Amino acid sequence: MNPRGDSTSGSDGAAEPRRKSKKPRYSRFTQQELPACKPLLTPAIVVTTFAFIGIIFIPIGLLSLSASGQVVEIVYQYDTDCIPEQMQNDKVAFIQSSMTNKTCTRTLTVPKNMEGPVHIYYELDNFYQNHRRYVKSRSDKQLRSKASETETTNCAPEATTSDGSVIVPCGLIAWSLFNDTYSFAVNSKIIEVNKKNIAWQSDKEHKFGSDVYPKNFQMGGLIGGAKLNASIPLSEQEDLIVWMRTAALPRFRKLYGRIETDLATNEQITVTIQNNYNTYSFEGKKNLVLSTTSWIGGKNDFLGTAYLTVGSLCLFLSMGFIILYLLKPRTLGDPSYLSWNRNPDGHY
Amino acid sequence: MADGERTAFVDLLRPIADPPVRPDLISLSASATAAASAAVDPPHGSRAEADRLGASLKELADADARIVFVGDPGRTDPRLALPGNAVRTAKYSFLTFIPRNLFEQFRRLAYVYFLAIAVLNQLPQLAVFGRGASVLPLAFVLLVTAVKDAYEDLRRHRSDRVENGRAAAVLDPAGSGQFRPHRWKDLRVGEVIKVLADESIPCDMVLLATSDPTGVAYVQTINLDGESNLKTRYAKQETMSRLPSITAGSVTTLIRCETPNRNIYGFHANLEVDGKRVSLGASNIILRGCELKNTAWAIGVAVYTGNETKVMLNSSGATSKRSRLETHMNRETLLLSAILITLCSAVSICNGIWLAIHRDELELSQYFRKRDYSGGDEKYYNYYGIAMQVFFIFLMAVIVFQIMIPISLYISMELVRLGQAYFMIRDKNLYDESSNSRFQCRALNINEDLGQIRYVFSDKTGTLTENKMVFQCATIRGIDYSEGKDPSPNGSDVYYVVVGDQFWRPKMLVKTDPKLVRLLRSEGETQEGKHARDFFLALAACNTIVPLIVGTPDPKQKLIDYQGESPDEQALVYAAAAYGYVLIERTSGHIVIDVLGDRQRFNVLGLHEFDSIVTGREYLDIIRATETNLHAYSSMGLRTLVVGMRELSRNDFEEWHSDYEKASTALYGRGNSLRAVASRVENNLQILGASGIEDKLQQGVPEAIESLRQAGIRVWVLTGDKQETAISIGYSCKLLTSEMTHIVINSNSEASCRKSLEDAIAISSKFVAISSRAQNTITGTGSVRVPLALIIDGTSLVHILETELEEKLFKIATVCDVVLCCRVAPLQKAGIVALIKKRTEDMTLAIGDGANDVSMIQMADVGIGISGQEGRQAVMASDFAMGQFRFLVPLLLVHGHWNYQRIAYMILYNFYRNAVFVFIMFWYVLYTAYTLTTAITEWSSVLYSVLYTALPTVVVGILDKDLSRRTLLKYPKLYGTGQREERYNLKLFILTMMDAIWQSLVVFFIPYLAYRDTTVDGSSLGDLWTLAVVTLVNIHLAMDVFRWNWITHLSIWGSIAVAVMCVILIDSIWSLPGYWAIYHIMKTGLFWLCLLGIFAAGMIPRFTMKALTEYFMPNDIQISRELEKFGNFNYFTGTEISMSTFSETHPGFIR
Repeated sequence: MNPRGDSTSGSDGAAEPRRKSKKPRYSRFTQQELPACKPLLTPAIVVTTFAFIGIIFIPIGLLSLSASGQVVEIVYQYDTDCIPEQMQNDKVAFIQSSMTNKTCTRTLTVPKNMEGPVHIYYELDNFYQNHRRYVKSRSDKQLRSKASETETTNCAPEATTSDGSVIVPCGLIAWSLFNDTYSFAVNSKIIEVNKKNIAWQSDKEHKFGSDVYPKNFQMGGLIGGAKLNASIPLSEQEDLIVWMRTAALPRFRKLYGRIETDLATNEQITVTIQNNYNTYSFEGKKNLVLSTTSWIGGKNDFLGTAYLTVGSLCLFLSMGFIILYLLKPRTLGDPSYLSWNRNPDGHY
Repeated sequence: MADGERTAFVDLLRPIADPPVRPDLISLSASATAAASAAVDPPHGSRAEADRLGASLKELADADARIVFVGDPGRTDPRLALPGNAVRTAKYSFLTFIPRNLFEQFRRLAYVYFLAIAVLNQLPQLAVFGRGASVLPLAFVLLVTAVKDAYEDLRRHRSDRVENGRAAAVLDPAGSGQFRPHRWKDLRVGEVIKVLADESIPCDMVLLATSDPTGVAYVQTINLDGESNLKTRYAKQETMSRLPSITAGSVTTLIRCETPNRNIYGFHANLEVDGKRVSLGASNIILRGCELKNTAWAIGVAVYTGNETKVMLNSSGATSKRSRLETHMNRETLLLSAILITLCSAVSICNGIWLAIHRDELELSQYFRKRDYSGGDEKYYNYYGIAMQVFFIFLMAVIVFQIMIPISLYISMELVRLGQAYFMIRDKNLYDESSNSRFQCRALNINEDLGQIRYVFSDKTGTLTENKMVFQCATIRGIDYSEGKDPSPNGSDVYYVVVGDQFWRPKMLVKTDPKLVRLLRSEGETQEGKHARDFFLALAACNTIVPLIVGTPDPKQKLIDYQGESPDEQALVYAAAAYGYVLIERTSGHIVIDVLGDRQRFNVLGLHEFDSIVTGREYLDIIRATETNLHAYSSMGLRTLVVGMRELSRNDFEEWHSDYEKASTALYGRGNSLRAVASRVENNLQILGASGIEDKLQQGVPEAIESLRQAGIRVWVLTGDKQETAISIGYSCKLLTSEMTHIVINSNSEASCRKSLEDAIAISSKFVAISSRAQNTITGTGSVRVPLALIIDGTSLVHILETELEEKLFKIATVCDVVLCCRVAPLQKAGIVALIKKRTEDMTLAIGDGANDVSMIQMADVGIGISGQEGRQAVMASDFAMGQFRFLVPLLLVHGHWNYQRIAYMILYNFYRNAVFVFIMFWYVLYTAYTLTTAITEWSSVLYSVLYTALPTVVVGILDKDLSRRTLLKYPKLYGTGQREERYNLKLFILTMMDAIWQSLVVFFIPYLAYRDTTVDGSSLGDLWTLAVVTLVNIHLAMDVFRWNWITHLSIWGSIAVAVMCVILIDSIWSLPGYWAIYHIMKTGLFWLCLLGIFAAGMIPRFTMKALTEYFMPNDIQISRELEKFGNFNYFTGTEISMSTFSETHPGFIR
């Protein structure tokens, strides 16, 4: 007897033809049979992958290292150096006083030929430009247009002066603008420092308004840093724009300017530093950095080393796997490796 | 059947002038099917039980009854404030939508967490994110859900409006006797309503009259319980005859009925007309949702309306269970919370220490600036002392690191389960052709439990078997007739009824024994022949079957379709028809049987419910012979029924008749008095014979059980059947095998139970000892263990369950390979499930089809209902419903396995994904003086788990398959992965978390070290971190994907692309500090080198581990994957083959 025939006819009766069949329509999607690729980590793939990474990474590492090696960098920490002997015990008083002479002249030697442009950076350490109180204390609206001058919601505690008038640019970031200055001379001949285009073009064009002029800036009870020329619009105040791109880490560099000429090996550069900025109250360090650049940026051996390490590790792993595969070969897809075939009892 | 045919039918009957009325025989044989010896199986219909439960357990007290005045809705019990007939499936109205929907949504704990964090963030001291960024994700989720709910509700509103606006003919209360159209929603309890053929019934109503002179109405209940059989409902003669005066309002008619309840198989009421009380039962009520069929019209009175109708009361939502995996997941969520709190405490304490060390510097350091000089008087700016600062930082840290607890996981899990359910429903291997039913997912949150089942508790009838009864053989007066041969549809041996120029034949053909056929047709009045004729007359007459005449393509041929509620009865009537006793008409008052061409009409005088206690008086040798045959039948797995008869004298009949009338109209204790009447007449019975009915095994059951067993799932069968039947079914479905040692426990006292259990334990421990010794000596080659089977009956279980003997039973039952419980009551089924559930961690699954399985289905971790012959109660109570037992194999082994592995991976991945991100932020926080600045923009951190990385895990959770369906079915043992919880456990969680920490270190420190001496700003570095982590976690996922189809590709690579686009977009907004940063940093080589380095360094440990374990410590899944790819079994779209092995090789009969 056909199992389907008679037994089912009971329900195939009068009611059946009217009922729509609910049989799911076949499609590869609904039956979960879409064509698919099933990658497996076969020995060949594993060895090739590791070898491939190794082969790619080692040259990159070498290239990066050589690029980094070509960068010439002069770093000079001047925060302690530039304080006269007698004031070493009370650096904060020295820096806060308006009477002290803060000019400080030092000579740096160029270790290797530096091709222009040579970038001049100041580097601050232990300065938390990423502190929550600090990063939030700015008003992008105010910076952009004169119409939004009063938008100072986030700028506390540098939103208004004590008499309530609006500070432009408001906020702690602008208030704390770095104000040390550097000038350079070789053999008593002053080297031109190009301070144009040190900020991002995008910032100058869209973020800082050309009709926004500083107002009531640095008039409060506590002076945080540089004063701004009230007749220059913010979009031209490149030092401010650079400063307001807050750094990611507590030690950071910011572009001060560029020396367009080459500096020859062993040349003596006389640097005149106006040491105005107070980092002494929180033990912050100040460095002056002169550096050339390469495609990788500044001097940075880490990336090259990392690439070499990873690359050689991968090559090593590749070798290791080859040896392991040779020592303990296994046929892929051999049913005798299934647990119940290895253990014929088949109970768990 | 159309009306015209019906008249023709009546006309044709006319030639039989004065059909012989034999009240004596009828009254008797009406009880004869019921009259059976103790060897009879209990009746099949669950309805009978449901009825008894619903009706006779409680008698109707006036206090909790509803009193309905027929035709007078105004007087109908004003204190009840009855609802109108308007149904309201819609949840919300225009006004209540927002508050109610929000309330519904916030019942999810996850949303409350979301909200709490968002509220915390609104405090000015704690504002970590901007208002928008913190509220947006919550608002988005709420909005999407609200729109979805609103749309669904709108559809419900629409369908409600259509439903409520339908027209029904209502009797004009003014007494004109006219029916006027009313809208459904305006119907009220007490109104008299007329329903025409093929119309839907607007509310639950008690039948008053029908077009049939005897008061029969046929209804189709397919919308109510899924059964396509026509059900017979009756109007009481008392109301039929008084219809004109009732409609005219001249007599007061009132109905006392029970308060609204969900029991669709029970109704308990009485009707008072002209001072006379008539009782009403389930057969007198027609329910909303049914359709009137084969009846020109029916008039009834509304008793339950609107949301009080039984169909509305039964439309409950899906059951809510929590899956095993989710329970485990909550354990790890707690662990994550601990990590979160640790991180937050670490940050806040470090911040406190930092503040303490730098206390004196805070005043002047430009980045802190403790004092606020604006506004004249000096005050602190946003500084409240170290202690407060620490506290605030802690709360802020909770806000910043909130995604450590992957809230989005709960939402994606719901999506994934929805997707999985979609594929299970659409799977054509889970579609049952014969009942036209798809797989149903009624519970949406336990899909993955299907992959971890260790115990299956199965009902027998209707679950293992089809519950489609086929008459096989009979014994008449001790003589066995079982030499039947299969009939062919057009063969000469098929019996036809000739009606005019038409031939009518029964729709289902039954094999006939030629000897018996000859005996029946022999002319001589032999004693044997008389008995045989009485036997078949009893079979044809004593039932509740309704014959329907169905047309065939050949106009001369008609089929007789016997419709009824009990499949046993159907089988018996078909059998009688095959032997020439064709039931051709049934009304409530009489039946017409064509006895070998001679049409006879019988009056039905009374009907006794089936009851298995009757007494008889018979010659011993006949009893012996019958008993021998019965034993032989039941050991073939046949269901047996003994048929007896008794001739009543005029006096006896009169006595019975008056008793019966009294009892059946009794108001109190009707059930009991009817039983008493029955037992008085059902004695001194003469045995006519017995029938053997085969309950066909469902297709593929033996193979399915074998697969389940190989998969390490123990199958227990719990049945109400006799022990012999149960054992023989056990053999035929390969549950029991001949090499098994049976341990049988049949005891009827506690003491003997205890003894049998102890004996059993002794036996089993001996076998276990032998096998373990054998294992040691023969070094585990070849299974030497003798399989054990425990067979226990309900009587013993009465003494065992819920006593201290349970422990012993558990011990012995878990040692045995197979457990078979016979003669168990519904509650005992649940008790057995509880026995396992209470004592082990193992997952249990119960599968059944009848009302008697409901308790077991609800008790088990996973309940499966078979949407088969019996009612829908099992399906209503179940988590999943399907058409056939054999679907359990693809459901568990394939879908269960997939779902388990998908959800398990998804949970781990989500934990990992969010942890990586949190750790990256944490490392950065260490360089910000512990002030919780994030270099990653707040928008990116909000979108990270919602947009950047959400879709791939959902897609992989729905679509990825570690192994193909074919492999999983070929090697059922692969199912063990889920049982052993290999895909999700604490060890994996810890490994994943360690990987997360490593990857976060790589992502954070490579850019940190590379950019340490540069002019990089926070936003640029943040963008680098964002892109690095998004790509890394997507690559991580990509590395774990088993099967790449175009959707997977699209979602993974698409997500990365979306993330890049979003970052670019965010950096194009001038008002954010990071304006244009991404454009600048992407121009530098360092950026790309960092990314490349991060991917390689981040993935090396995982890749190495994966390569090592997959090659040198492969698990079964891995080997099988290799087999799929390299093995030489011919791989092609495997689904068709896999299932056909089930159907072709075994016809699946018990023989």
